Amino acid sequence: MTLKVNGRTHNVDVDPATPLLYVLSDDLELRGPKFGCGLGQCGACTVIVKGQAIRSCVTPVKSVEGAEITTLEGLGTPEKPHPLQQAFIDEQAAQCGFCVNGVILTAKAFLDKNPKASEQQIQQALSGVMCRCFTHVRMFRAIERYAKAVAR
Amino acid sequence: MTSDARAALDRAGFSRRDFLKTSGALIVGFSMAGAISENADAQGNFAGGAPGSPPANQVDSWVAIGSDGAITGYSGKEELGQGISTAQTQLVAEELSVPFDRVKLIYCDTAYTPDQGVTSGSQSHPANFNHNNLAQACATAREALFRLAAERLGAPVSDLSASNGVISVKARPSSSITYGELVGGRKFNLAVDPKAKRKPASEWTVLGKPAKRPDIPAVMTGQFEFVHNVRLPGMLHGRVVRPPAVGATVMSVDESSVKDVPGLVKVVVKKNFVGVVAQKQWQAAQAAEKLKVNWAPGTGLPKQSEFHDHVRNQKPTRDVLLVDSKDVEQKLGDAATVVKATYLHPYQMHGSMGTSCAVADVQGDKATIYSPTQGVWHQRSTAAMVLGLKPENVHVIFRRGSGCYGLNGADTVTYDAALLSQAAGKPVRVQLTRKDEMAWENYGNAYVIDERAGLDAQGNIVAWEHESWSPTLGNRPGMTTPGNVVTGMLVGFQPEPFTPRTPAPEPRAYNNNSNGVPSYFAGRVGGENKGTGTIQSERSLLHNVVSPFWTGPLRSPARLQNTFAQECFMDELAARAKADPVAYRLRHLSDSRLREALESATKTAKWDARPSPKPNSKTGVATGRGVACVAYTAIVIEADVNQDTGKVHVKRIVCSIDAGPISNPDGLKNQAEGGALQGMSRALGEEVTWDDQKVTSVDWATFHSLPLGFEIPKVECVLLNRPDEEATGAGETAITVIAAAIGNAIFDATGARIRQIPFTPERVKAALSART
Repeated sequence: MTLKVNGRTHNVDVDPATPLLYVLSDDLELRGPKFGCGLGQCGACTVIVKGQAIRSCVTPVKSVEGAEITTLEGLGTPEKPHPLQQAFIDEQAAQCGFCVNGVILTAKAFLDKNPKASEQQIQQALSGVMCRCFTHVRMFRAIERYAKAVAR
Repeated sequence: MTSDARAALDRAGFSRRDFLKTSGALIVGFSMAGAISENADAQGNFAGGAPGSPPANQVDSWVAIGSDGAITGYSGKEELGQGISTAQTQLVAEELSVPFDRVKLIYCDTAYTPDQGVTSGSQSHPANFNHNNLAQACATAREALFRLAAERLGAPVSDLSASNGVISVKARPSSSITYGELVGGRKFNLAVDPKAKRKPASEWTVLGKPAKRPDIPAVMTGQFEFVHNVRLPGMLHGRVVRPPAVGATVMSVDESSVKDVPGLVKVVVKKNFVGVVAQKQWQAAQAAEKLKVNWAPGTGLPKQSEFHDHVRNQKPTRDVLLVDSKDVEQKLGDAATVVKATYLHPYQMHGSMGTSCAVADVQGDKATIYSPTQGVWHQRSTAAMVLGLKPENVHVIFRRGSGCYGLNGADTVTYDAALLSQAAGKPVRVQLTRKDEMAWENYGNAYVIDERAGLDAQGNIVAWEHESWSPTLGNRPGMTTPGNVVTGMLVGFQPEPFTPRTPAPEPRAYNNNSNGVPSYFAGRVGGENKGTGTIQSERSLLHNVVSPFWTGPLRSPARLQNTFAQECFMDELAARAKADPVAYRLRHLSDSRLREALESATKTAKWDARPSPKPNSKTGVATGRGVACVAYTAIVIEADVNQDTGKVHVKRIVCSIDAGPISNPDGLKNQAEGGALQGMSRALGEEVTWDDQKVTSVDWATFHSLPLGFEIPKVECVLLNRPDEEATGAGETAITVIAAAIGNAIFDATGARIRQIPFTPERVKAALSART
């Protein structure tokens, strides 16, 4: 099966029913998407497919064959982070950091489509994402910082 | 060991294992032995450490300087996401007068780092930043470097200064020598000198300033290696099959039920431990799902709706008396008014964002284990027991897991991975399912707490009694008790025994780790007042009983529950005395630091001084403010209570915090902000639930944590810096006081007092209807 991830094409030999998350983290050894609940409840496994933030833990790999998949690694690197990642770095918006994959990618996909979203709309867009360290104050500050720059 | 840590070792120019053995290593020659006794006290019980651990009283156990001048710090306190590795890096850089990025910190690896017990209980800051351990080792190293430089430069120590890893003669800066030239790649071979002088806070240039966490760029870009991302050559994937009910035991396992699962390597059964190993994670998940296990029924559970009465009446008990002035009954008899109230706290869970995970490679009589455990040495010792190996043959390497906030599934999943790897003879990665994590954690303790106090005619408190009941079972595994967590128990180890004790012995020393002594008590033990308050007639008695569920430390264990009750009760007393809750607190507080924290928070919040409740209509949205404090944190909140729906919305949080000298102001703020909101989630929604056989709060639909999308309150933190005081912990401050502040704000807004956590809309509505 052929997967397009972060601009590269990979051939993987897996059961088509395998959740996309396992293929990304085990077969491609990507570290961005994470297993949080396996139930699509927390957002830790989020990836962007066709501009949509989806939950890779409940997405069979077969269903995204050939589609362009973007993971957290696909946005930027430590040396050259994406502006949204940079905003999170500037705001030091993490504690353990396990959830930031879901937070950053969900915000990114939403703001790509809604660059002029209000604070309330952004909050609403993130209502299905969790952070158990409760780094909410900094995360929203980072997202607002980025959103303002995008809207300009 | 992470790749950058390995690079740091390489740069330092030696093999760490060889280095720590005296023989063979190059040693710096000192003309004067550094005034050292062998038993230099390194934080009491860790002076010796586990057998085979680098000795805590030796400088070389804590710091090494490479030939290029690169500095490596070694710590037994790990980065869980709380920011301590950044602060420790600042500490090493400060004491050795080098820039922050010259220092690499290696922590919690049984091959390399000293045994500092468990990274828990807000003890990392006090353990490593005061007069022992990492701070004192670095101060000793600094003095040694100055002595060596004095010889080499032919100038007295007092004429030298250090900057950027270079020591020079102040009067002629061209006369200088680098650390690398002085000791590079060699051992100090020096005991930690308890008299070595720490750099005074007034001279700090790295400590005390906001430092950016070095791990954050990798975290934000998906490059950071969590334990979940450890991949070893030939690694297989395991899953466990936990019992369907509490106390259920294995009767038989039908291996043929999974014979068709592709990639299945092995079904593993050891007493009541059941697991599967497969080539791929998805295959392991399917095998675990399909495996037919015939379980004997569970032992049954007490009814949740009657659980708090069950706890209060349970026998036997283990009793602890913290203070007792022996005159409480008499003073209560003489009081003008006696006030009584009972507060209830549920079991709550750590509920880590990612389920717990570990990777183990057990080959013959040796094991290498990557674990998110908070105690690598404890894990080494107990994993050895579970595997039947010698502890010295088990190498435990800490890798960060998802934030744990205490004893989550980290230790138990490490045993899971080790057992499955041993059975398969290959490296095995295990990550728990959400349900397995939530149904079998060591929960934070449930509590029943009675408060009773007497007021005189002027409303002053003349006597107060605090009495609590809390169920316990299991704990951290420690060095010898793998049965304290579920996997250890399933393979046949027992949890630490419950030893009844009643009546409680008289207190011999003041110990308020549990916050069982309210802040307003004089805390008189052994003829001395050790508390922070003025109340002389005082009694605090705690009872433990046996829990049907596993329990263990969850952020601010016991402290959060006791303080919730006491700080709500203090508000009830203030209301009874018709006094402003802040003024009333100050009237009964003697400790200047706690008073200042309280005054600072209320001043910043522009506290509206008046008695509670505020006159309000009994319908629609009512707004109130609440306060709570405990040594040394105070919090003020503002909240809306929707009296039609029972929903509580916290709008503003002001938190003043005094943790001694501030090492990293931004890190401290992050802890206070996160703690306040996590405490808010615990206060408003979080509760473990169960039926007659099993836990039923097993995912995020049934255990109610606040998601990102709620209307986040405005959070303001006031950091009170105390450069001349001892460093204390910061992670368990805001979280300890916020539940009471919310409860007090609900009372202020509506006149309804809720004495049971969580403050769900149903409970709020019930309390509102009960108003007279």
